[in-house]
Amino acid sequence: MEYVPGIPILKPSIDADNKPFWDAVANHELVLQKCRACDVYHQPPRPMCPECKSMDTLEWVQSSGRGQIYSYVNFTTDRMAYPAMKVPYAVVLIELDEGVRLVSNMIDIEPDEIEIGMPVEVVFDDISEDLTLYKFKKRAA
Amino acid sequence: MLQEYVERSYRPDLKPSVASNLIKDNTAIVGIGATEFSRDSGRDELDMACEAIKAAVDDAGLTMDDIDGLETFTLERTSMPTLVGSLGIPNLRFSNQISFGGGASCANVMHAAAAVATGVADYVVCYRSLNEASGHRYGRGDGYVGYLSEAPTLHYGYFFPFGLLTPLSWAGMYGMRWMHEFGVEPEHIGWYPVVLRENAQRNPKAIFHDKPMTHQDYMECQMIVEPLRMFDCCVDTDGAAAVVVTTAERAKDLKQPPAHILAAAQSSPPEQEIQTSYNRPIITGLPETWYMAQELFRVAGVSPADIDVAQLYDPFSLGGLVQLEELGFCERGEGAAFCEGGDRIRPDGELPLNTSGGLLSEAYIHGYNLIIEAVRQIRGTSTSQVENAELSLVTGGPGVPTSGLILRR
Repeated sequence: MEYVPGIPILKPSIDADNKPFWDAVANHELVLQKCRACDVYHQPPRPMCPECKSMDTLEWVQSSGRGQIYSYVNFTTDRMAYPAMKVPYAVVLIELDEGVRLVSNMIDIEPDEIEIGMPVEVVFDDISEDLTLYKFKKRAA
Repeated sequence: MLQEYVERSYRPDLKPSVASNLIKDNTAIVGIGATEFSRDSGRDELDMACEAIKAAVDDAGLTMDDIDGLETFTLERTSMPTLVGSLGIPNLRFSNQISFGGGASCANVMHAAAAVATGVADYVVCYRSLNEASGHRYGRGDGYVGYLSEAPTLHYGYFFPFGLLTPLSWAGMYGMRWMHEFGVEPEHIGWYPVVLRENAQRNPKAIFHDKPMTHQDYMECQMIVEPLRMFDCCVDTDGAAAVVVTTAERAKDLKQPPAHILAAAQSSPPEQEIQTSYNRPIITGLPETWYMAQELFRVAGVSPADIDVAQLYDPFSLGGLVQLEELGFCERGEGAAFCEGGDRIRPDGELPLNTSGGLLSEAYIHGYNLIIEAVRQIRGTSTSQVENAELSLVTGGPGVPTSGLILRR
Protein backbone atom coordinates (compact mmCIF):
# COMPACT_ATOMS: atom_id res chain seq x y z
CA MET A 1 0.00 0.00 0.00
CA GLU A 2 1.09 3.57 -0.70
CA TYR A 3 0.26 6.90 0.86
CA VAL A 4 -0.69 9.96 -1.20
CA PRO A 5 1.92 12.67 -0.54
CA GLY A 6 0.69 15.85 1.11
CA ILE A 7 -2.45 14.43 2.76
CA PRO A 8 -1.99 13.95 6.51
CA ILE A 9 -2.68 10.60 8.13
CA LEU A 10 -5.18 10.88 10.99
CA LYS A 11 -3.25 10.04 14.14
CA PRO A 12 -4.54 7.94 17.01
CA SER A 13 -6.09 9.87 19.88
CA ILE A 14 -4.28 9.24 23.13
CA ASP A 15 -5.56 8.94 26.69
CA ALA A 16 -4.19 7.53 29.95
CA ASP A 17 -5.39 4.01 29.12
CA ASN A 18 -3.93 3.63 25.63
CA LYS A 19 -0.79 5.78 26.00
CA PRO A 20 1.47 2.81 26.94
CA PHE A 21 0.28 0.96 23.81
CA TRP A 22 1.07 3.82 21.43
CA ASP A 23 4.32 4.73 23.26
CA ALA A 24 5.47 1.15 22.74
CA VAL A 25 4.55 1.26 19.04
CA ALA A 26 6.68 4.41 18.69
CA ASN A 27 9.55 2.28 20.09
CA HIS A 28 8.82 -0.55 17.65
CA GLU A 29 7.25 -2.78 20.26
CA LEU A 30 3.77 -4.31 20.31
CA VAL A 31 2.33 -4.62 23.81
CA LEU A 32 -1.07 -5.82 24.99
CA GLN A 33 -3.05 -5.11 28.13
CA LYS A 34 -3.66 -8.17 30.29
CA CYS A 35 -5.31 -8.80 33.64
CA ARG A 36 -2.85 -10.88 35.68
CA ALA A 37 -5.66 -12.09 37.97
CA CYS A 38 -7.91 -13.34 35.15
CA ASP A 39 -5.19 -14.13 32.60
CA VAL A 40 -7.34 -12.35 29.98
CA TYR A 41 -6.17 -9.83 27.35
CA HIS A 42 -8.16 -6.63 26.80
CA GLN A 43 -8.28 -4.65 23.57
CA PRO A 44 -8.90 -1.75 23.61
CA PRO A 45 -7.12 -1.12 26.93
CA ARG A 46 -9.26 -0.03 29.86
CA PRO A 47 -8.97 1.35 33.39
CA MET A 48 -10.75 -1.70 34.89
CA CYS A 49 -10.83 -5.41 34.16
CA PRO A 50 -14.41 -6.12 33.07
CA GLU A 51 -14.07 -9.73 34.27
CA CYS A 52 -12.88 -9.31 37.90
CA LYS A 53 -13.63 -5.56 38.28
CA SER A 54 -10.13 -4.93 39.59
CA MET A 55 -8.45 -1.61 38.84
CA ASP A 56 -4.93 -2.67 39.82
CA THR A 57 -4.32 -6.05 38.19
CA LEU A 58 -3.93 -4.74 34.63
CA GLU A 59 -0.45 -4.88 33.14
CA TRP A 60 1.26 -4.52 29.79
CA VAL A 61 2.88 -7.59 28.25
CA GLN A 62 4.91 -8.04 25.10
CA SER A 63 2.98 -9.53 22.17
CA SER A 64 4.45 -12.31 20.05
CA GLY A 65 3.63 -10.08 17.08
CA ARG A 66 2.54 -13.21 15.24
CA GLY A 67 -0.90 -14.13 14.07
CA GLN A 68 -3.05 -14.66 11.02
CA ILE A 69 -5.42 -12.73 8.79
CA TYR A 70 -8.91 -13.06 10.29
CA SER A 71 -10.79 -10.84 7.81
CA TYR A 72 -10.15 -7.99 5.37
CA VAL A 73 -11.76 -5.40 3.14
CA ASN A 74 -10.48 -4.10 -0.17
CA PHE A 75 -11.01 -0.45 -1.16
CA THR A 76 -11.39 -0.70 -4.91
CA THR A 77 -12.58 2.83 -5.71
CA ASP A 78 -12.05 6.38 -4.44
CA ARG A 79 -15.71 6.67 -3.49
CA MET A 80 -15.48 5.52 0.11
CA ALA A 81 -11.70 5.39 0.46
CA TYR A 82 -9.32 7.37 2.65
CA PRO A 83 -7.88 10.11 0.41
CA ALA A 84 -4.50 9.70 2.11
CA MET A 85 -4.10 6.19 0.66
CA LYS A 86 -3.82 5.15 -2.98
CA VAL A 87 -6.55 2.79 -4.19
CA PRO A 88 -6.75 -0.09 -4.42
CA TYR A 89 -5.72 -0.73 -0.83
CA ALA A 90 -6.70 -3.40 1.65
CA VAL A 91 -7.26 -3.21 5.39
CA VAL A 92 -6.78 -6.44 7.30
CA LEU A 93 -8.04 -7.67 10.67
CA ILE A 94 -5.24 -9.66 12.29
CA GLU A 95 -5.91 -12.22 15.01
CA LEU A 96 -2.72 -12.37 17.08
CA ASP A 97 -1.65 -15.67 18.65
CA GLU A 98 -2.75 -14.14 21.98
CA GLY A 99 -6.33 -13.96 20.62
CA VAL A 100 -6.41 -10.16 20.40
CA ARG A 101 -7.50 -8.72 17.03
CA LEU A 102 -5.97 -5.58 15.50
CA VAL A 103 -6.81 -3.69 12.32
CA SER A 104 -3.79 -2.97 10.12
CA ASN A 105 -2.34 -3.15 6.61
CA MET A 106 -0.11 -5.69 4.84
CA ILE A 107 3.15 -4.14 3.62
CA ASP A 108 4.42 -6.83 1.28
CA ILE A 109 1.47 -8.16 -0.69
CA GLU A 110 -1.16 -6.76 -3.05
CA PRO A 111 -4.85 -6.67 -2.06
CA ASP A 112 -5.74 -9.53 -4.41
CA GLU A 113 -3.16 -11.82 -2.74
CA ILE A 114 -4.76 -11.54 0.70
CA GLU A 115 -6.39 -14.66 2.12
CA ILE A 116 -8.14 -15.36 5.40
CA GLY A 117 -5.90 -17.62 7.49
CA MET A 118 -2.61 -16.31 6.03
CA PRO A 119 0.16 -16.35 8.72
CA VAL A 120 1.62 -12.91 9.42
CA GLU A 121 4.05 -11.09 11.71
CA VAL A 122 4.29 -7.52 12.87
CA VAL A 123 6.60 -4.85 11.41
CA PHE A 124 6.79 -1.16 12.24
CA ASP A 125 6.31 1.65 9.76
CA ASP A 126 7.80 5.07 10.65
CA ILE A 127 5.43 7.16 8.62
CA SER A 128 6.58 10.55 9.86
CA GLU A 129 8.61 12.01 12.70
CA ASP A 130 5.65 11.80 15.05
CA LEU A 131 3.75 8.78 13.74
CA THR A 132 4.72 5.11 13.80
CA LEU A 133 2.17 2.42 12.97
CA TYR A 134 2.22 -1.37 13.33
CA LYS A 135 1.83 -3.17 10.03
CA PHE A 136 2.09 -6.83 9.04
CA LYS A 137 3.95 -8.99 6.55
CA LYS A 138 3.60 -12.60 5.46
CA ARG A 139 5.53 -15.25 7.37
CA ALA A 140 6.13 -18.92 6.77
CA ALA A 141 3.46 -21.09 8.43
CA MET B 1 -18.69 -12.49 28.75
CA LEU B 2 -20.81 -13.10 25.68
CA GLN B 3 -21.11 -16.82 26.40
CA GLU B 4 -24.91 -16.88 26.35
CA TYR B 5 -24.82 -15.14 22.99
CA VAL B 6 -22.21 -17.53 21.57
CA GLU B 7 -24.36 -20.47 22.70
CA ARG B 8 -27.59 -18.60 21.89
CA SER B 9 -28.94 -19.50 25.31
CA TYR B 10 -31.05 -16.83 26.94
CA ARG B 11 -30.83 -15.95 30.64
CA PRO B 12 -34.26 -14.60 31.62
CA ASP B 13 -33.02 -14.16 35.20
CA LEU B 14 -31.05 -11.12 34.04
CA LYS B 15 -34.13 -9.16 33.02
CA PRO B 16 -37.08 -7.48 34.75
CA SER B 17 -40.36 -9.36 34.69
CA VAL B 18 -42.96 -8.73 32.02
CA ALA B 19 -45.41 -7.71 34.72
CA SER B 20 -43.30 -4.64 35.40
CA ASN B 21 -43.32 -3.48 31.78
CA LEU B 22 -45.62 -0.46 31.61
CA ILE B 23 -45.06 0.16 27.89
CA LYS B 24 -46.62 -3.10 26.69
CA ASP B 25 -50.15 -2.53 25.29
CA ASN B 26 -50.43 0.75 27.23
CA THR B 27 -48.82 2.97 24.58
CA ALA B 28 -49.23 3.57 20.86
CA ILE B 29 -47.96 5.45 17.82
CA VAL B 30 -50.88 7.66 16.79
CA GLY B 31 -49.43 10.02 14.19
CA ILE B 32 -46.89 9.80 11.37
CA GLY B 33 -45.45 12.49 9.11
CA ALA B 34 -42.58 13.06 6.69
CA THR B 35 -41.26 15.53 4.14
CA GLU B 36 -40.43 14.64 0.57
CA PHE B 37 -37.36 12.39 0.33
CA SER B 38 -34.78 13.85 -2.07
CA ARG B 39 -31.09 14.01 -2.90
CA ASP B 40 -30.92 17.78 -2.55
CA SER B 41 -33.63 19.39 -0.42
CA GLY B 42 -32.40 22.97 -0.81
CA ARG B 43 -33.78 23.50 2.71
CA ASP B 44 -32.31 23.53 6.17
CA GLU B 45 -32.92 20.77 8.68
CA LEU B 46 -35.01 22.93 11.05
CA ASP B 47 -37.36 23.77 8.18
CA MET B 48 -37.81 20.09 7.30
CA ALA B 49 -38.23 19.06 10.96
CA CYS B 50 -41.09 21.56 11.35
CA GLU B 51 -42.87 20.22 8.26
CA ALA B 52 -42.57 16.56 9.31
CA ILE B 53 -43.64 17.22 12.90
CA LYS B 54 -46.61 19.36 11.80
CA ALA B 55 -47.67 16.55 9.44
CA ALA B 56 -47.44 13.92 12.21
CA VAL B 57 -49.41 16.07 14.69
CA ASP B 58 -52.09 16.77 12.04
CA ASP B 59 -52.24 13.08 11.15
CA ALA B 60 -52.98 12.23 14.80
CA GLY B 61 -55.77 14.81 14.95
CA LEU B 62 -53.86 16.81 17.57
CA THR B 63 -52.63 20.40 17.72
CA MET B 64 -49.19 21.68 18.67
CA ASP B 65 -50.72 22.79 22.01
CA ASP B 66 -51.10 19.09 22.92
CA ILE B 67 -47.42 18.25 22.42
CA ASP B 68 -45.31 18.25 25.59
CA GLY B 69 -42.36 15.99 24.77
CA LEU B 70 -39.62 15.68 22.10
CA GLU B 71 -37.28 12.79 21.35
CA THR B 72 -34.45 12.66 18.83
CA PHE B 73 -30.83 11.65 18.15
CA THR B 74 -27.69 13.22 19.63
CA LEU B 75 -26.64 13.43 15.96
CA GLU B 76 -29.61 15.72 15.24
CA ARG B 77 -28.39 19.16 14.17
CA THR B 78 -31.60 21.12 14.76
CA SER B 79 -31.45 22.88 18.11
CA MET B 80 -34.28 21.61 20.31
CA PRO B 81 -35.13 24.99 21.93
CA THR B 82 -35.17 26.65 18.50
CA LEU B 83 -37.46 23.90 17.23
CA VAL B 84 -39.80 24.34 20.23
CA GLY B 85 -39.89 28.06 19.47
CA SER B 86 -40.68 27.50 15.80
CA LEU B 87 -43.40 24.91 16.47
CA GLY B 88 -44.97 26.99 19.23
CA ILE B 89 -45.07 24.12 21.72
CA PRO B 90 -46.42 25.83 24.86
CA ASN B 91 -44.39 23.93 27.47
CA LEU B 92 -41.97 21.13 26.75
CA ARG B 93 -42.11 18.91 29.86
CA PHE B 94 -39.97 16.04 28.55
CA SER B 95 -37.05 15.86 26.13
CA ASN B 96 -34.31 13.38 25.38
CA GLN B 97 -31.60 12.64 22.82
CA ILE B 98 -30.06 9.23 22.20
CA SER B 99 -26.57 8.42 20.92
CA PHE B 100 -25.09 6.06 18.34
CA GLY B 101 -26.81 6.98 15.10
CA GLY B 102 -29.42 4.62 13.70
CA GLY B 103 -29.40 2.41 16.79
CA ALA B 104 -31.46 5.16 18.43
CA SER B 105 -34.45 5.11 16.06
CA CYS B 106 -36.74 2.64 17.88
CA ALA B 107 -35.15 3.67 21.18
CA ASN B 108 -36.62 7.15 20.66
CA VAL B 109 -40.09 5.59 20.50
CA MET B 110 -39.32 3.39 23.52
CA HIS B 111 -38.29 6.39 25.63
CA ALA B 112 -41.31 8.37 24.44
CA ALA B 113 -43.54 5.42 25.39
CA ALA B 114 -41.88 5.21 28.81
CA ALA B 115 -42.52 8.93 29.29
CA VAL B 116 -46.25 8.72 28.48
CA ALA B 117 -46.69 5.43 30.39
CA THR B 118 -45.26 6.99 33.55
CA GLY B 119 -47.17 10.24 33.08
CA VAL B 120 -44.23 12.64 32.76
CA ALA B 121 -45.61 13.63 29.34
CA ASP B 122 -48.88 13.14 27.44
CA TYR B 123 -47.96 13.40 23.75
CA VAL B 124 -44.31 12.95 22.71
CA VAL B 125 -43.05 13.63 19.19
CA CYS B 126 -40.03 11.62 18.00
CA TYR B 127 -38.27 13.14 15.00
CA ARG B 128 -35.16 13.10 12.82
CA SER B 129 -34.21 15.62 10.15
CA LEU B 130 -31.08 15.37 8.02
CA ASN B 131 -29.50 16.56 4.81
CA GLU B 132 -27.45 13.40 4.48
CA ALA B 133 -27.21 13.62 0.69
CA SER B 134 -26.50 17.31 0.12
CA GLY B 135 -24.98 18.23 3.50
CA HIS B 136 -22.33 16.51 5.61
CA ARG B 137 -22.14 12.89 4.47
CA TYR B 138 -21.48 10.76 7.52
CA GLY B 139 -20.83 7.74 5.31
CA ARG B 140 -17.82 9.27 3.59
CA GLY B 141 -14.32 9.11 5.00
CA ASP B 142 -13.01 12.20 3.23
CA GLY B 143 -15.22 14.38 5.42
CA TYR B 144 -12.68 14.13 8.22
CA VAL B 145 -9.57 14.97 6.26
CA GLY B 146 -8.60 18.60 6.35
CA TYR B 147 -10.11 19.59 9.66
CA LEU B 148 -8.91 16.83 11.98
CA SER B 149 -5.36 15.82 12.78
CA GLU B 150 -6.32 12.80 14.80
CA ALA B 151 -9.08 10.21 14.96
CA PRO B 152 -12.21 11.80 16.44
CA THR B 153 -12.58 9.27 19.26
CA LEU B 154 -10.21 6.96 21.13
CA HIS B 155 -11.49 3.75 19.58
CA TYR B 156 -11.35 5.13 16.04
CA GLY B 157 -7.61 5.60 16.64
CA TYR B 158 -7.19 1.87 16.09
CA PHE B 159 -8.84 2.04 12.64
CA PHE B 160 -8.60 5.45 10.97
CA PRO B 161 -4.79 5.58 10.59
CA PHE B 162 -4.98 2.33 8.60
CA GLY B 163 -7.54 3.67 6.13
CA LEU B 164 -10.60 2.01 7.73
CA LEU B 165 -12.83 5.02 8.28
CA THR B 166 -16.22 4.53 6.71
CA PRO B 167 -19.26 2.58 7.98
CA LEU B 168 -19.28 0.58 4.74
CA SER B 169 -15.77 -0.71 5.41
CA TRP B 170 -16.46 -1.44 9.09
CA ALA B 171 -19.44 -3.58 8.07
CA GLY B 172 -17.46 -5.16 5.24
CA MET B 173 -14.93 -6.52 7.75
CA TYR B 174 -17.72 -8.48 9.45
CA GLY B 175 -19.19 -9.40 6.07
CA MET B 176 -16.01 -10.86 4.61
CA ARG B 177 -15.62 -13.16 7.62
CA TRP B 178 -19.33 -14.09 7.53
CA MET B 179 -19.08 -15.01 3.85
CA HIS B 180 -15.89 -16.99 4.54
CA GLU B 181 -17.28 -18.96 7.49
CA PHE B 182 -20.66 -19.79 5.96
CA GLY B 183 -19.72 -20.08 2.26
CA VAL B 184 -21.92 -17.15 1.20
CA GLU B 185 -21.44 -15.95 -2.40
CA PRO B 186 -22.25 -12.46 -3.77
CA GLU B 187 -25.16 -13.82 -5.83
CA HIS B 188 -26.80 -15.03 -2.59
CA ILE B 189 -26.62 -11.53 -1.10
CA GLY B 190 -28.20 -9.91 -4.17
CA TRP B 191 -31.78 -11.08 -3.65
CA TYR B 192 -32.34 -8.93 -0.58
CA PRO B 193 -31.59 -5.59 -2.34
CA VAL B 194 -33.49 -6.74 -5.44
CA VAL B 195 -36.72 -7.38 -3.50
CA LEU B 196 -36.41 -4.08 -1.65
CA ARG B 197 -36.06 -2.28 -4.99
CA GLU B 198 -39.22 -4.04 -6.21
CA ASN B 199 -41.06 -2.67 -3.16
CA ALA B 200 -39.77 0.83 -3.96
CA GLN B 201 -41.39 0.59 -7.43
CA ARG B 202 -44.80 0.59 -5.72
CA ASN B 203 -43.88 3.49 -3.39
CA PRO B 204 -44.00 6.86 -5.20
CA LYS B 205 -42.13 8.53 -2.31
CA ALA B 206 -39.10 6.23 -2.64
CA ILE B 207 -35.86 7.71 -3.99
CA PHE B 208 -35.51 4.68 -6.28
CA HIS B 209 -39.13 4.70 -7.46
CA ASP B 210 -39.12 4.26 -11.27
CA LYS B 211 -35.57 2.92 -11.12
CA PRO B 212 -35.97 -0.86 -11.23
CA MET B 213 -33.01 -3.20 -10.64
CA THR B 214 -32.61 -6.84 -11.61
CA HIS B 215 -30.42 -9.46 -9.98
CA GLN B 216 -28.11 -9.14 -12.96
CA ASP B 217 -27.90 -5.36 -12.42
CA TYR B 218 -26.85 -6.12 -8.84
CA MET B 219 -24.13 -8.54 -9.92
CA GLU B 220 -22.77 -6.06 -12.48
CA CYS B 221 -22.77 -2.93 -10.30
CA GLN B 222 -19.57 -1.35 -9.03
CA MET B 223 -17.69 -2.88 -6.10
CA ILE B 224 -17.12 -0.08 -3.57
CA VAL B 225 -15.40 -1.77 -0.65
CA GLU B 226 -15.04 -5.48 -1.32
CA PRO B 227 -17.16 -7.46 -0.40
CA LEU B 228 -19.81 -4.69 -0.68
CA ARG B 229 -21.17 -3.18 -3.92
CA MET B 230 -23.00 0.01 -4.81
CA PHE B 231 -26.43 -1.64 -4.52
CA ASP B 232 -25.57 -3.06 -1.09
CA CYS B 233 -25.49 0.51 0.26
CA CYS B 234 -28.30 2.64 1.68
CA VAL B 235 -29.38 5.70 -0.25
CA ASP B 236 -28.13 8.97 1.29
CA THR B 237 -31.21 11.17 1.59
CA ASP B 238 -32.37 14.68 2.52
CA GLY B 239 -35.59 14.67 4.49
CA ALA B 240 -37.30 14.55 7.87
CA ALA B 241 -39.78 12.21 9.54
CA ALA B 242 -41.71 12.22 12.81
CA VAL B 243 -44.11 10.08 14.85
CA VAL B 244 -46.41 10.91 17.79
CA VAL B 245 -46.55 8.61 20.83
CA THR B 246 -49.20 8.63 23.56
CA THR B 247 -51.06 6.22 25.83
CA ALA B 248 -53.43 3.58 24.43
CA GLU B 249 -56.19 5.20 26.50
CA ARG B 250 -55.75 8.62 24.82
CA ALA B 251 -55.31 6.93 21.44
CA LYS B 252 -58.93 5.75 21.54
CA ASP B 253 -60.19 9.30 20.93
CA LEU B 254 -57.78 10.20 18.13
CA LYS B 255 -58.12 10.31 14.36
CA GLN B 256 -56.12 7.24 13.30
CA PRO B 257 -56.26 3.58 14.27
CA PRO B 258 -53.45 3.28 16.83
CA ALA B 259 -50.35 1.14 16.29
CA HIS B 260 -50.05 -0.26 19.82
CA ILE B 261 -46.58 -0.89 21.18
CA LEU B 262 -46.54 -4.55 22.16
CA ALA B 263 -42.83 -4.45 23.05
CA ALA B 264 -39.90 -2.05 22.90
CA ALA B 265 -36.29 -2.89 23.72
CA GLN B 266 -32.74 -1.55 23.65
CA SER B 267 -29.45 -3.40 23.98
CA SER B 268 -25.76 -2.65 24.36
CA PRO B 269 -23.95 -5.88 25.30
CA PRO B 270 -20.24 -6.21 26.30
CA GLU B 271 -17.38 -5.38 23.94
CA GLN B 272 -19.67 -2.99 22.05
CA GLU B 273 -17.98 -0.49 19.76
CA ILE B 274 -19.49 1.70 17.09
CA GLN B 275 -19.64 -0.81 14.23
CA THR B 276 -16.11 -2.07 14.92
CA SER B 277 -16.63 -4.69 17.67
CA TYR B 278 -13.84 -6.87 16.28
CA ASN B 279 -12.69 -8.31 19.62
CA ARG B 280 -15.85 -10.23 20.36
CA PRO B 281 -15.55 -14.05 20.38
CA ILE B 282 -17.27 -14.13 16.98
CA ILE B 283 -17.66 -11.25 14.52
CA THR B 284 -20.09 -12.91 12.12
CA GLY B 285 -23.14 -11.85 14.11
CA LEU B 286 -24.75 -8.84 15.78
CA PRO B 287 -24.96 -9.56 19.53
CA GLU B 288 -26.75 -6.27 20.22
CA THR B 289 -29.55 -7.31 17.85
CA TRP B 290 -29.74 -10.80 19.41
CA TYR B 291 -29.99 -9.47 22.97
CA MET B 292 -32.50 -6.81 21.89
CA ALA B 293 -34.62 -9.46 20.11
CA GLN B 294 -34.60 -11.79 23.12
CA GLU B 295 -36.06 -9.00 25.22
CA LEU B 296 -38.48 -7.88 22.50
CA PHE B 297 -40.02 -11.35 21.98
CA ARG B 298 -40.07 -12.11 25.71
CA VAL B 299 -41.94 -8.90 26.55
CA ALA B 300 -44.30 -9.32 23.57
CA GLY B 301 -44.97 -12.95 24.41
CA VAL B 302 -44.73 -13.90 20.74
CA SER B 303 -42.17 -15.80 18.63
CA PRO B 304 -40.50 -14.84 15.35
CA ALA B 305 -42.97 -17.06 13.47
CA ASP B 306 -45.83 -14.83 14.69
CA ILE B 307 -44.42 -11.70 13.01
CA ASP B 308 -46.43 -10.71 9.90
CA VAL B 309 -44.09 -8.08 8.47
CA ALA B 310 -40.67 -6.64 9.40
CA GLN B 311 -38.75 -3.46 8.64
CA LEU B 312 -35.04 -4.13 9.25
CA TYR B 313 -32.58 -1.26 9.61
CA ASP B 314 -30.33 -2.02 6.67
CA PRO B 315 -27.54 0.53 6.14
CA PHE B 316 -26.03 -2.25 4.00
CA SER B 317 -27.70 -5.37 2.68
CA LEU B 318 -25.47 -7.52 4.91
CA GLY B 319 -26.86 -5.79 7.99
CA GLY B 320 -30.37 -6.84 6.99
CA LEU B 321 -29.34 -10.44 6.27
CA VAL B 322 -27.47 -10.97 9.54
CA GLN B 323 -30.36 -9.40 11.48
CA LEU B 324 -32.63 -12.12 10.06
CA GLU B 325 -30.35 -14.61 11.82
CA GLU B 326 -30.14 -12.70 15.10
CA LEU B 327 -33.88 -12.06 15.24
CA GLY B 328 -34.45 -15.81 15.01
CA PHE B 329 -36.06 -15.92 11.57
CA CYS B 330 -33.35 -18.35 10.41
CA GLU B 331 -30.18 -20.04 11.68
CA ARG B 332 -26.72 -18.47 11.85
CA GLY B 333 -25.18 -18.10 8.42
CA GLU B 334 -28.49 -18.69 6.64
CA GLY B 335 -29.66 -15.08 6.20
CA ALA B 336 -28.72 -14.95 2.53
CA ALA B 337 -30.10 -18.43 1.81
CA PHE B 338 -33.39 -17.36 3.47
CA CYS B 339 -33.72 -14.58 0.86
CA GLU B 340 -32.63 -16.63 -2.16
CA GLY B 341 -34.99 -16.09 -5.10
CA GLY B 342 -36.80 -13.46 -3.03
CA ASP B 343 -40.14 -15.24 -2.57
CA ARG B 344 -39.95 -15.59 1.22
CA ILE B 345 -39.41 -11.84 1.73
CA ARG B 346 -41.79 -10.42 -0.89
CA PRO B 347 -45.06 -8.83 0.35
CA ASP B 348 -46.94 -12.13 -0.15
CA GLY B 349 -44.15 -14.27 1.34
CA GLU B 350 -43.73 -15.80 4.78
CA LEU B 351 -41.78 -12.78 6.10
CA PRO B 352 -42.32 -9.64 4.01
CA LEU B 353 -39.37 -7.29 4.56
CA ASN B 354 -38.87 -3.53 4.21
CA THR B 355 -42.07 -3.05 2.28
CA SER B 356 -41.50 0.65 1.50
CA GLY B 357 -38.09 -0.13 -0.02
CA GLY B 358 -36.11 0.19 3.22
CA LEU B 359 -32.97 2.23 3.68
CA LEU B 360 -31.53 0.75 0.48
CA SER B 361 -34.28 1.87 -1.88
CA GLU B 362 -36.81 4.16 -0.14
CA ALA B 363 -34.75 6.63 1.90
CA TYR B 364 -32.20 6.88 4.67
CA ILE B 365 -33.91 8.92 7.36
CA HIS B 366 -31.87 7.11 10.00
CA GLY B 367 -34.57 4.44 10.36
CA TYR B 368 -37.51 6.78 10.93
CA ASN B 369 -39.01 5.92 7.55
CA LEU B 370 -38.99 2.27 8.68
CA ILE B 371 -40.96 3.09 11.83
CA ILE B 372 -43.50 4.97 9.71
CA GLU B 373 -43.83 2.00 7.34
CA ALA B 374 -44.28 -0.38 10.30
CA VAL B 375 -47.20 1.84 11.43
CA ARG B 376 -48.69 1.90 7.91
CA GLN B 377 -48.69 -1.90 7.85
CA ILE B 378 -50.78 -1.87 11.05
CA ARG B 379 -53.13 0.75 9.58
CA GLY B 380 -53.41 -1.11 6.26
CA THR B 381 -52.09 1.82 4.21
CA SER B 382 -48.73 0.60 2.87
CA THR B 383 -48.09 0.71 -0.88
CA SER B 384 -46.98 -2.92 -0.43
CA GLN B 385 -49.62 -3.86 2.12
CA VAL B 386 -49.35 -7.26 3.77
CA GLU B 387 -52.78 -8.79 4.07
CA ASN B 388 -54.18 -8.82 7.62
CA ALA B 389 -50.91 -7.64 9.17
CA GLU B 390 -51.36 -7.76 12.94
CA LEU B 391 -47.79 -7.86 14.24
CA SER B 392 -45.29 -5.47 12.69
CA LEU B 393 -41.64 -5.54 13.75
CA VAL B 394 -39.08 -2.78 13.22
CA THR B 395 -35.42 -2.57 14.24
CA GLY B 396 -32.85 0.13 14.88
CA GLY B 397 -29.34 0.24 13.43
CA PRO B 398 -27.16 -2.87 13.80
CA GLY B 399 -23.55 -2.89 14.97
CA VAL B 400 -24.15 -0.13 17.52
CA PRO B 401 -26.22 -0.02 20.73
CA THR B 402 -29.52 -0.90 19.09
CA SER B 403 -33.27 -1.01 19.63
CA GLY B 404 -36.48 -2.50 18.27
CA LEU B 405 -40.28 -2.43 18.43
CA ILE B 406 -43.14 -4.85 17.89
CA LEU B 407 -46.34 -3.00 16.97
CA ARG B 408 -49.80 -4.55 16.97
CA ARG B 409 -53.26 -3.43 15.87
